[in-house]
Amino acid sequence: MTKPVSHPAKPRLTTSAMIASIASEGQRTQAAPFGTALVELAKTRPDIIGMTADLGKYTDLHLFGQAYPDRYYQMGMAEQLLFGAASGLAAEGFVPFATTYAVFATRRAYDFIHQTIAEEDRNVKIVCALPGLTSGYGPSHQAAEDLALMRAMPNMTVIDPCDACEITQVVPAMAAHQGPVYMRLLRGQVPLVLDEYNYTFELGKAKMIRGGRDVLFISTGLMTMRALEAAKQLESDKIDAAVLHVPTIKPLDVETILKEARKTGRMVVVAENHTIVGGLGEAVARHMMLDGVAARFRHIGLPDEFLAAGALPTLHDRYGISTQSLVDQIKAWQA
Amino acid sequence: MTNLKGHNRDLAERAYRVRRNAVLMGEVQGQGYIAQALDIADVLAVAYFHAMTYRPEDPEWEGRDRFLLSNGHYAIALYAALIEAGIIPADELESYGSDESRLPMSGMAAYTPGMEMSGGSLGVGLSIAVGMALGLKRKKSSSRVYILFSDGELDEGAVWEALMSAAHYKLDNLIAIVDVNNQQADGPSTQVMAFEPLVQKLEAFGWFTQRIDGNDLDAVVGAFDAAKDHAEAKPRIIIADTLMGKGVPFLEAREKNHFIRVDPHEWQLALAALEEGRQS
Repeated sequence: MTKPVSHPAKPRLTTSAMIASIASEGQRTQAAPFGTALVELAKTRPDIIGMTADLGKYTDLHLFGQAYPDRYYQMGMAEQLLFGAASGLAAEGFVPFATTYAVFATRRAYDFIHQTIAEEDRNVKIVCALPGLTSGYGPSHQAAEDLALMRAMPNMTVIDPCDACEITQVVPAMAAHQGPVYMRLLRGQVPLVLDEYNYTFELGKAKMIRGGRDVLFISTGLMTMRALEAAKQLESDKIDAAVLHVPTIKPLDVETILKEARKTGRMVVVAENHTIVGGLGEAVARHMMLDGVAARFRHIGLPDEFLAAGALPTLHDRYGISTQSLVDQIKAWQA
Repeated sequence: MTNLKGHNRDLAERAYRVRRNAVLMGEVQGQGYIAQALDIADVLAVAYFHAMTYRPEDPEWEGRDRFLLSNGHYAIALYAALIEAGIIPADELESYGSDESRLPMSGMAAYTPGMEMSGGSLGVGLSIAVGMALGLKRKKSSSRVYILFSDGELDEGAVWEALMSAAHYKLDNLIAIVDVNNQQADGPSTQVMAFEPLVQKLEAFGWFTQRIDGNDLDAVVGAFDAAKDHAEAKPRIIIADTLMGKGVPFLEAREKNHFIRVDPHEWQLALAALEEGRQS
């Protein structure tokens, strides 16, 4: 499933930038959708505050800090403090949007989020850049397991948006939701895809983006963008692929997922930018088993190993989550 | 105790009743962190019956001072104070640590009126306190945040993150109390991990720092007053050196343990010892 895809003619890419863009060449993008949406929302929501652990610029929260300097708290490079203090501010009636990288929130500060935010059901919005494999910097910055960790936490809502169009809509939705939320953040120049599909985000809802008779992609986050690109390419191979986008990992829209998975004759392919352990794939498989849905099932995700450093396109090819490797895998499975 | 000033004699009676409540709860379970409850009773008496503003009938009243218990295993002591303060009905005392009780062994916010945070995972409280103090300042509230934590929690790195940030944000509405009873799970705190010289460290971190005998009511009252009245825009901390088992001589003398052994017949002896101390 994760066999390297060789492109011998390609020059060797050497960037291992920490915050490389995930946009492909020539793709439409929008700058800083999270920061922009939060600044807009905060005009009418004086209870919203911004907090970060020395990563304001790298989570697009600096825009909020520039717009509302008196509502912006720099907590230093101290993630445990960040989330504990966010809990305290939420206890006093504020709605903190607390940002850092996904690895530092979910791995370093897990107990603080668990005990001071989730257990006390505090209204804190946790927004984390570099989710899954979106950094070429190596395991220190690659949050391959963040969804597994966060969905295991009671009270926590977990969202993995696909693109800038979705992030813009998620921000007001997560603010309107009472309770803790974890959102995976794409930052900087973020691909713009779902606007072409007239997409509307609804918290807790999976959405059919594209119909198809042969394959059903059930995908989340940026993998929905890749699944849509793969589906287009597969048309020329006479493979008709549907894409069900599942931005809310928890609570999971089991009803829609099962309704689509039950339709006969389609291979179900879950695609996620996440380790194969404990993410969307295992969640979907569990519900299919419980419901007796016997469709052919495949799972595209990151291997259960420490991932390499390198250029993101190289890594996405190597670990099987690039558009081309999706196409190759589907063709092999459909052969 | 006869040397105490008038008001502080009343506080001595409050402290006696807090200790008594704690011993009664310990007897219900046949166990409990009773030695810690006895050491911190004087601090809690001063906090709840001298320093803090609150409404017993409305524990979530917006104008209240917040009291955070970071060391959740001291819940037995805080319940004892909350009962004495009229926030928890006295008849709930016998439910301590039982199924369906609002008084679990480790303090949790959702269970108990007057419990502002879920403790138990040691070292998290001071970060929450920083956030609450920031929030109160945002609201231009005159309420204060009090937080009790233990010397063992000084081992936790996040405590120092929070100490640094409280000074950075000049949180003069934050009053921390660290209970130095020099005992944690694996032994004497200073041997588990050397944290002295604590006054110098906390002063260097930018806190208005006082160190007192936490079982000397006059000193505790003076420290709370000074912490409230201090003019500098700094967070305030009171290092309270305390004696585990304070007020029950045979527990004071017992070999020190984090979880002190009390035999079934000794609970009544402990109550008698407290009563004897009250008369003297």
